[in-house]
Amino acid sequence: MTTKKLIEKEDVVVKFVGDSGDGMQLTGTLFSDTSALDGNDIATFPDYPAEIRAPHNTIAGVSGFQVHIGKRIFSSGDKCDVLVAMNPASLSSNLKWVKRGGIVIVDADTFTQDVLEKAGYKSDPFTDDSFSSYTVIKAPMTSMTAEAVKDIFTDKKSAERSRNMFALGMIFFLFNKELDHTDSYLEKKFKKNPDIVNANKAVVRAGYNYCENTDVLPQHQVNVQEAVMPKGKYRNITGNIATAWGLLAAAEKANLPLFLGSYPITPATEILVEITKHKALGARVFQAEDEIAGICSAIGASFAGAMACTSTSGPGLSLKAEAIGLAVMTELPLVIVNVQRGGPSTGLPTKTEQSDLYQALFGRNGEAPCIVVAASTPSNCFYWAFEASRLALEHMTPTILLTDGYLGNGSQLFRIPRMADLPKINPPFATPNDTTYAPYKRDPETLVRQWAIPGMEGLRHRIGGLEKLDGKGSVSSDSANHELMSKFRNEKVQRVADTIPNQVVYGDEDADLLVVGWGGTEGNLKLAVEEMREEGHKIALTHFNYIMPLPKNTGDILKKYKKIVVCELNMGQFVNYLRMNFQTLAFQQYNKIQGLPFEVTELKEKFNQILGE
Amino acid sequence: MSIEHSQTKLTKADFVSDQMVKWCPGCGDHAILASVLGIFPEIGYKKENFCVVSGIGCSSRFPYYVNTYGFHGIHGRAAAIATGVKIANPHLSVWINSGDGDATAIGGNHFIHVIRRNMDVNYILFNNRIYGLTKGQYSPTTKQGQITKTSPYGVIDYPFNPGELVIGARGNFFARAIDNSPKTLGEVCRAMAAFDGAAIVEVLQNCVIFNDKTHREVTDREFREERQLWLEQDKPMIFGKAKDKGIMLKGNSLEVVEIGKDGVTEKDLLVHDATTENTGIHMMLAQMAPPAFPMAFGVIRAVKKPTYNQLFEQQMLEVKAGSKIQCMDDLLNSGETWEIK
Repeated sequence: MTTKKLIEKEDVVVKFVGDSGDGMQLTGTLFSDTSALDGNDIATFPDYPAEIRAPHNTIAGVSGFQVHIGKRIFSSGDKCDVLVAMNPASLSSNLKWVKRGGIVIVDADTFTQDVLEKAGYKSDPFTDDSFSSYTVIKAPMTSMTAEAVKDIFTDKKSAERSRNMFALGMIFFLFNKELDHTDSYLEKKFKKNPDIVNANKAVVRAGYNYCENTDVLPQHQVNVQEAVMPKGKYRNITGNIATAWGLLAAAEKANLPLFLGSYPITPATEILVEITKHKALGARVFQAEDEIAGICSAIGASFAGAMACTSTSGPGLSLKAEAIGLAVMTELPLVIVNVQRGGPSTGLPTKTEQSDLYQALFGRNGEAPCIVVAASTPSNCFYWAFEASRLALEHMTPTILLTDGYLGNGSQLFRIPRMADLPKINPPFATPNDTTYAPYKRDPETLVRQWAIPGMEGLRHRIGGLEKLDGKGSVSSDSANHELMSKFRNEKVQRVADTIPNQVVYGDEDADLLVVGWGGTEGNLKLAVEEMREEGHKIALTHFNYIMPLPKNTGDILKKYKKIVVCELNMGQFVNYLRMNFQTLAFQQYNKIQGLPFEVTELKEKFNQILGE
Repeated sequence: MSIEHSQTKLTKADFVSDQMVKWCPGCGDHAILASVLGIFPEIGYKKENFCVVSGIGCSSRFPYYVNTYGFHGIHGRAAAIATGVKIANPHLSVWINSGDGDATAIGGNHFIHVIRRNMDVNYILFNNRIYGLTKGQYSPTTKQGQITKTSPYGVIDYPFNPGELVIGARGNFFARAIDNSPKTLGEVCRAMAAFDGAAIVEVLQNCVIFNDKTHREVTDREFREERQLWLEQDKPMIFGKAKDKGIMLKGNSLEVVEIGKDGVTEKDLLVHDATTENTGIHMMLAQMAPPAFPMAFGVIRAVKKPTYNQLFEQQMLEVKAGSKIQCMDDLLNSGETWEIK
């Protein structure tokens, strides 16, 4: 046994990659959960192909899971310190994500001639200088796994299935982690099959011991610093689960049944899957025959008095456009969640993008304003789903919540709130037998109409998609009335700005550059700005969650800065929205449309360039 | 699903809305409206517990003319909207009005799925075999060869038969009626209202402006007794002015026979059973059409099955009873959590 020196690090990024089916998602999750239990802050991001099981050992079939652990974590990280690659294809497609000098751990047993060819290698990469910038560890994972389980499984296939646990064991040793969480996970998961539990436990230990007993690793173990975070109870949560829970929480606070009408679509399906589990909380979930039925059933449910939602992704939002207009016209509360992905059309279903902003703001016939908000971290999806619901219910207006694939599938620590601490939600219900009730009579201050629920006595009424007469709500094609109603619908949304908090700025009031972002890019923008400030630059960030309407002080903030750069994962939709609203201001823009999040390094490069101009 | 009944006796006047009915004079829709207004008080539910939902088209103006809670949706989506209403509030009696274009063209998907699920809704399909509101284009039920605005050289599409569609979508209730026969229309609507589950009534409805007399070969005075077979549960299938014709099953198909001819007696005729699960005879009845056959009217199929909504509520109760998670605080604190001190 060699003695290993322990060194401290503020944060590390580890990426597990392999064939889909190699168990990379599970391996990564066990590592991130173990780290979180060990006191680290964490963020994770899965990177999986659109194909469920692409041909074995090909680049199309590579599945990955990135884990960022450390003292203070904003995102799942750019490049990794450690790459664990279970086969040549995953190595070849992911080597570019490894930091120079990083560690690459591979299963040496998989580097055979035919598998290398399938991965597109012309020659054995270990024999040329492909890896000169990295520390490469060639571990015979397959054969050592087979050896570790030879008393339990004699067939090669069963034995090889645990290969990922060998890699996990190696990583646990490298980062000085305990094995008990993994043990208890395995015991629970495979309760009915003790052979599998024992085999996997043996393989994790084999991987751990392999590093402990040999010199394959560099001469040190790494201790990643514990998180410095507010006191409280925490859990790990993905953006999609947080969104689902935020909707459930809002329904409970509004004392209404939650209705979700949805159709499965990547990467939003998880929200439907999660809410369906919670019928015990009164969630009324309807898996519709299509996207249109999803939203139309939600509109029906809203009319019937439920807190109604529909969840989807880009192409689904297009299909729902006409129905959103119906909800605008009928002035019913409705939450539409759009987990954005790469577009147009089917586009990049499993990749992230922010390119549905125009669609959310403008993608309907007629003058059809909606409230639009965007979540900006996996865990704050909970609060933005809650807030979107509150706004929809209290303002009787369809509200679009934008998240994205990066947020939805990414995970982060979540400080568990107490329901008692969340604000109460008060929908403007009509009073039964109120003889003055009229469907489109408005609150003079907020312009919100009252919600009369079928079954309530004395309030029978008809509404629909035809233009409504002011107040009474009967069908009207009067031209002056149409203009009046169009203005009411718009003004009702604009007046939401009277009730929402002011936009805030991180960093100096007199900064030379204001960075502007919105939605899912917050983590990386914050990190880039923070690092530049530490390096002595005068730079500030303002990150938007309220999109329509914008916070009232938006213009005041923007006017203070000489240089403004708006960063987003599209071709400039938010920057153009700002240009439309603040026509005298000059905006620069930084855009990326690669289906990938921003990298801190590229952001800093751009900011430095602007500062230098 | 229990729906609260009215404490007082309601009349038609309780359901007449203050809106002017704007259908063309002579339109079949007037008769359907009168029938529905006639049976709503009979059904006995509180007037606040009716919810009438529609899509787009002439028939879809219906909710404005009935003083209940009503929702005028968008083209084709009435069934989807009504589905949300019923799931959100199962204590409402939900009625859908839809035309042949709304139900079987743009809304075809929702139509078959509301049926397949056995959603507890009453669905009146106004079939005038034409797009009326857009002024006369052919629909999925327009007869092949017919000249319309969009088929100046004749329709080449094969038409839908709504009955086949309902039964093919695993429908449990299908009935057919005619707009100009208020008594039978009322009876059919009554049967629909009494049925739990997706109940579809096809009404042969005349569009006086764009497709006048489209149904005349079965509905006109001169034909009706020879070409209408009114089905009654457990009764032999007899029709004709002299009640001398009937339907017999010969081999795998139906045949029109004359009672008293070739030794055929009433006993040889098919006896109608709407409640049998087997769709064979029901499908053949739905398909019958002149000139070879009379057209079948009345309740063709009415098979009792648990409704979507009954199963839904039952599952909600079962899950709730067996769940450790009863409120959001339980959920938020479930699974793996840890304290940071």
